[in-house]
Amino acid sequence: MKRPRIDTEANHRQITRRAALLGGAQLLFIGALGARMQFLQVDQADQFRMLAEENRINIRIIPPARGEVFDRNGIPLARNVPSYRIVMVREDAGDLDDVMERLAAVVTLDPDETERARAEMKRSAPFLPVTVADEVTWQDLSRVSVNAPALPGVTPEVGLSRVYPRGSDFAHVLGYVGPVSDYDLDKLEDPDQLLRIPRFQIGKVGVEAKAETALRGKGGAKRVEVNATGRVMRELDRREGTPGSDLQLTVDADLQSYVQARIADESASAIIMDVRSGDLVAIASAPTFDPNLFVRGISSRDYNALTDNKYRPLASKSVQGAYPPGSTFKMITAMAALEEGLIGPDDTVYCPGHLEVAGRKFHCWKRAGHGWVDLQNSLKQSCDVYYYDLALKVGIEKISAMANRFGLGERHDVPMSAVVQGLTPTKDWKVRTHGQDWVIGDTVNASIGQGYMLASPLQLCVMAARLASGNAVSPRLIKNIDGIEQPAPEAVSLGMNENNLRKMRRAMFDVVNDRRGTAYGSRIIDDAMRMAGKTGTSQVRNISAAERARGVTRNQDLPWERRDHALFVNFAPYDNPKYAVSVVVEHGGGGSTAAAPIARDITLQALSGGEPPIEAYPTKDRDRITEQQRALRSVRPVANVSGKNQA
Amino acid sequence: MSYLEYTVKYVPVGPRKLLYLNWPLALLLTATAGIGFLMLYSVAGGSFTPWAEPQIKRFALGFVLMLMVAMVPIWFWRSVAGFAYAVSLMLLVAVEFFGSVGMGAQRWIDLGFMRLQPSELMKVTLVLMLAAYYDWLPPARKSRLFWVILPVLLILLPVALVLRQPDLGTSILLLAAGGGLMFLAGVHWAYFAAVIAAGFGLLTAVFQSRGTSWQLLEDYQYRRIDTFLDPSSDPLGAGYHITQSKIALGSGGWTGRGFMQGTQSRLNFLPEKHTDFIFTTLAEEFGFVGAFSLLTLYTLIIVFCVVSALANKDRFSSLLTLGIALNFFLFFAVNMSMVMGLAPVVGVPLPLVSYGGSAMLVLMLAFGLAQSAHVHRPR
Repeated sequence: MKRPRIDTEANHRQITRRAALLGGAQLLFIGALGARMQFLQVDQADQFRMLAEENRINIRIIPPARGEVFDRNGIPLARNVPSYRIVMVREDAGDLDDVMERLAAVVTLDPDETERARAEMKRSAPFLPVTVADEVTWQDLSRVSVNAPALPGVTPEVGLSRVYPRGSDFAHVLGYVGPVSDYDLDKLEDPDQLLRIPRFQIGKVGVEAKAETALRGKGGAKRVEVNATGRVMRELDRREGTPGSDLQLTVDADLQSYVQARIADESASAIIMDVRSGDLVAIASAPTFDPNLFVRGISSRDYNALTDNKYRPLASKSVQGAYPPGSTFKMITAMAALEEGLIGPDDTVYCPGHLEVAGRKFHCWKRAGHGWVDLQNSLKQSCDVYYYDLALKVGIEKISAMANRFGLGERHDVPMSAVVQGLTPTKDWKVRTHGQDWVIGDTVNASIGQGYMLASPLQLCVMAARLASGNAVSPRLIKNIDGIEQPAPEAVSLGMNENNLRKMRRAMFDVVNDRRGTAYGSRIIDDAMRMAGKTGTSQVRNISAAERARGVTRNQDLPWERRDHALFVNFAPYDNPKYAVSVVVEHGGGGSTAAAPIARDITLQALSGGEPPIEAYPTKDRDRITEQQRALRSVRPVANVSGKNQA
Repeated sequence: MSYLEYTVKYVPVGPRKLLYLNWPLALLLTATAGIGFLMLYSVAGGSFTPWAEPQIKRFALGFVLMLMVAMVPIWFWRSVAGFAYAVSLMLLVAVEFFGSVGMGAQRWIDLGFMRLQPSELMKVTLVLMLAAYYDWLPPARKSRLFWVILPVLLILLPVALVLRQPDLGTSILLLAAGGGLMFLAGVHWAYFAAVIAAGFGLLTAVFQSRGTSWQLLEDYQYRRIDTFLDPSSDPLGAGYHITQSKIALGSGGWTGRGFMQGTQSRLNFLPEKHTDFIFTTLAEEFGFVGAFSLLTLYTLIIVFCVVSALANKDRFSSLLTLGIALNFFLFFAVNMSMVMGLAPVVGVPLPLVSYGGSAMLVLMLAFGLAQSAHVHRPR
């Protein structure tokens, strides 16, 4: 196809015309760029050169004060105290070693710290201030100020550092702050400029980390004029930041300290929760650690001691630990059967000490058997066979569904680190994760909270609270932020038959208050404070037939790691429940001997709002309890004297 | 087709083609890239690693690529224009699904030996496609509505995909380059007037929609516009870049602080000192003289391209060369405006100077096409 020559030529002329137009526009724009360049670099050069050089104007970020944390009564749990430090700017110091030497002559420097500072200065940009000495005294600080002319690039600074007045008692709840690490920065898409401040502290775990956004606040900025050595000549203007919000927790500090002290000798966890609001008034985990150690950077020796400890002090067992709930799960199995209408409370089952299912013998903890038992007796004496029988009638799906309604297998929304979901197994789940079919024996095991079933102490406490109230209570840890009350998760009714719930509560009452109940030894005799509960002892090992034959089942004969977990859940007062409690003692042996006494003590403490009257205890325990309370008083901070650093 | 319309008296063949290359243009490109090496060496604190050395290798590779592309007759390139456009479009779609996320946007496909940014490739193939289109279209039809909508769709398709990544800078460049090419091809004035009017309408809509449920841009893009209009409103956040780069530029003065003596741009005041903000280093260390020299080099590159295009009687060749020149112009104009505080920070690198693989190779590929047009022009 050949085009008419005239057409082509006309077109070419048009292209030329348009190109000339566009080219002209481009030249104009280039001219504008050149003019702008000239304006910035020649006309305004003096001004910018001044900004950049002789009187360099720096933008300094003003870190906001981190929000403080208080307990439900206003007792401070995390505070900021002024701290003095000496910082150095490599660029301004000139001869680093020389200045360092002169500084050492004026104040005492920690050799480790200076070595670290030297390394940091080499690594970071030369104009960034690096801390040479932290937490220096006022005297040292003034000495540096007086000798300022001889110390170029060295500036004293006042900052705030985090202090946890209650120390280890709140380590697992609050967590701790620490300097921003590269790892922290990498995780963020668009990190706050504040995080670029060297050694800026952010929450690492616990509430400090989970409520970081609220606690951090917004950074301010000031423009300062500095002279050639980097010394600030004057401040040009400043824009104040907003300090972080203060938090108030639902926890009662004095109660928390008591609970923490009460379980201090065990590897355990204990939780007290308000059954109506879901407020966690104490959430303890032992052993614990001092979060103050972490604030300034923990020494590797201290840190290794914590990580190597087989009782895992760094783990917050109350929310991170997942244990087979053992017999504390029996209420769920029973409720599943009752709600389905498969049994009546008065139906009885004969317990000969074992039940044979699919050719396998499932034993009751009582080898001799309980004889004929009904619901109430089975729970009271914790008969296993009764629940095996129920489980065969109800099936695992209904049991797991019931467990979910009581808050098991659910990751509760509390601002603490690594909250576990636990596990309420179903047939599907086993096929999915294990690639095996569910067998009837699994159902039998699950009925008494063994096998695949796993729950955290927090979930058990929620379960107790839901049993006590009949409502879907959920835990709450942050009461208010800057005085603005945080909404408690709505506790709607579970929609269960009130008669069934009442039967369960009555049975739980008997567990503690009936002479034949498994927790009778831990009863409260003050009628206004009587509690209802359930013991649990969960196996962490399989008892082989050989072992059974030899009779080596006594916990004391086993190494610690293989002993049973001791569990207890309860609520009190029985007739008007106020608190739900769960206690888990890792490898503590039996629920009635290891967990129930702790639960009784902390329940009484919570109900009395301080030391309970000794009359609440059975007469024969009183001497022992008096002695125990005296010992505990000596290790925990005295009530209402607060704000002093324990260290 | 149009090539056959002329009596071709002489076409160089074989290695002789090298003699007919637009050597001044090649020299200008090398000189500009040289400034880039110098600056990358300087921002790394006087070291070839981590930026200068790979950049030199890439430029060498790009130069060879340019020569290879230039050796291939221009009519071959015209015949593959549609195919090249389709491939780039598919790559853009692929990046939606398989792309890696870098700096908060999804832009790359990892090829193993290099990361390919299809949006960069699209800058060339779009121009190639449109030039071929207007070469094929009889001039009488070029202003008819149907024949205008077609190229508009060709432009908007990739623009929409790039905007989704999200990469505002590149999508603006694509839109401007495509529109510019249509203008050069001689589409009627009225269309452009209408588009400009609509553009103003859209701009109003963008600002009106802010904070409502049908908000048109991302929040961060609004913030960038805000800080562009008033950098002092947020001196630590987004306004920080602009303020710092102005200080760096201004402190350069007439002749600058001297090579490797810049303080503002090298001391990490600017986070992207080796890519988008590299101009600040040049302006600070070599002052107005250095910065203006670079601007002059860029202008000369454009001038040489335009002269070559206008001397070329082949319609495809001249449109393609003009399109490439326009593309190149947009590249540095947007970057410089942004660094000098004349436009919002949109993330466009400085061509041939900023550190970056795809951009460099694609640019050299484009100049290879311009060279091919030059070598194979009807004589």
